[in-house]
Amino acid sequence: MRRVYFDHSATTPVRPDVADEMCAFLKENFGNPTSLHYFGRQARKEVEAAREKVAAAIGATPNEIVFTSGGTESDNMAIHGVAMINKNKGNHIITSAVEHHAVINTVKALGKEGFTVTILPVDKYGMVSVDDVAAAITDKTILITIMHANNEVGTIMPIKEIGSLARSKGITMHTDAVQSFGKIPFSVEELGVDLLTISGHKIYGPKGVGALYIRKGTRWKQSLFHGGAQERLRRAGTENVPGIVGLGKAAELAIRDLQSEAEHLKALRDRLIHEVTTKIDYVKLTGHPTMRLPNHASFTFEFIEGESMLLSLDLKGVAASSGSACTSGSLEPSHVLLAMGIPHEIAHGSIRITLGRDNTMEDIDYFLEIMPPIVNRLRAMSPLDQETEFAINGSCDACKAHGSCKM
Amino acid sequence: MYTEKVMDHFENPRNVGEIENPDGVGQVGNPTCGDIMKIYLKVKDNVIEDVKFKTFGCGAAIATSSMVTEMVKGKSLDEALKISNKMVAEALGGLPPKKMHCSNLAADALQAAIQDYMDKQEKK
Repeated sequence: MRRVYFDHSATTPVRPDVADEMCAFLKENFGNPTSLHYFGRQARKEVEAAREKVAAAIGATPNEIVFTSGGTESDNMAIHGVAMINKNKGNHIITSAVEHHAVINTVKALGKEGFTVTILPVDKYGMVSVDDVAAAITDKTILITIMHANNEVGTIMPIKEIGSLARSKGITMHTDAVQSFGKIPFSVEELGVDLLTISGHKIYGPKGVGALYIRKGTRWKQSLFHGGAQERLRRAGTENVPGIVGLGKAAELAIRDLQSEAEHLKALRDRLIHEVTTKIDYVKLTGHPTMRLPNHASFTFEFIEGESMLLSLDLKGVAASSGSACTSGSLEPSHVLLAMGIPHEIAHGSIRITLGRDNTMEDIDYFLEIMPPIVNRLRAMSPLDQETEFAINGSCDACKAHGSCKM
Repeated sequence: MYTEKVMDHFENPRNVGEIENPDGVGQVGNPTCGDIMKIYLKVKDNVIEDVKFKTFGCGAAIATSSMVTEMVKGKSLDEALKISNKMVAEALGGLPPKKMHCSNLAADALQAAIQDYMDKQEKK
């Protein structure tokens, strides 16, 4: 069966060149970078080379890069570390309603520890307004954390404007750039952020490794990990040398190929969006029509549910994802789609297609060939149509009776 | 995550559709929740002669709807009244734990359809 991978925002395959470089550090070059001897020195050399590559990829200096276990750890470390050391200055944190759970749940946890949290709304495209950020700032604000690009709907946030606003008010600014890194060009200088999160496995590097950029002079202190003095006291624990080497190589290649990749992906994405929204009825693009990641297309299909679309696609060899309740692991559809004002019943029918470097126009053609019959089959099975969709109301009583509905 | 039997009923659902002039109709769930199941019955001499369903929902919702129709077709109303959501899930070889609640309402839809039939009989 033809297999098409359309879930690159979830994870990506490791590039062969990256895997090759990593292999040596699993076998002969196994030293602990902290060790003084030959083996340690060899590993140290490569960890520092990787740090230079990651720094160069985002326009930072190597000393400003800390290696972590991935995006989630970087987000936790960034937010917690700023909050704890600035307690005497203030207790207010600003974030948005569409952040990744690694950010939103970290901020919410701090909310239970005496911090005041403002969760900003977004517009129908999933975008935060700079005016809303400005209006939310108080003299107690110590941190603004807003993602660079959204994972579910691909919308690119006005981080440059928010960053310069934060700087003018003397507030520390963090952005989660896990989805944007390697896909759209940026530097930490241009964005004006103090902390920035990246992850290895979204850029054809390995899982289990990421980095946190911490601008020199930022009031931040490691507050979660206790242990050794690795990463200049910023992240305890023996370095994940193969992972770090892989991240360095993947970052280097991602930046080298960024422009040509973006052009290739945009051509595929634009055709996909155009054909899906014209060939299939009752479909809407979610996220911003132009300010979006080059590899990202996301839709809602009315009257049908996301998981049943994903299963049908998987039976045809196509891997995609959804923000429906059934796929989110909870009973609520995606918090991102709900924050954008999309009603529950429509959010249940969401599908996300995230393209990658190995996808071709033939993959898009294949999707366009199989998707309409899938939609038709499920719609024929559905008791909903344009007349009944909003007519059937209820308060989820059946689920509540079973005590498992979170509504 | 789903058993082969669930996937079979999802891919090839039995008894999809509506019945014209049904003797009983039952519906549970709502679109906000992400699952709606609607079951239509044709009853003759206290036996379910025909049964059809329409479902909006995930794979488990569609498979349980299909399974419940297969379980009750040709059965007496007394037998059908004994069918529970749990029995439907068991007949499918089990469902993932988080699907046991919201997406496993097909028997409830069936019971609602039987109730609707009985209510109509009383009025006659």
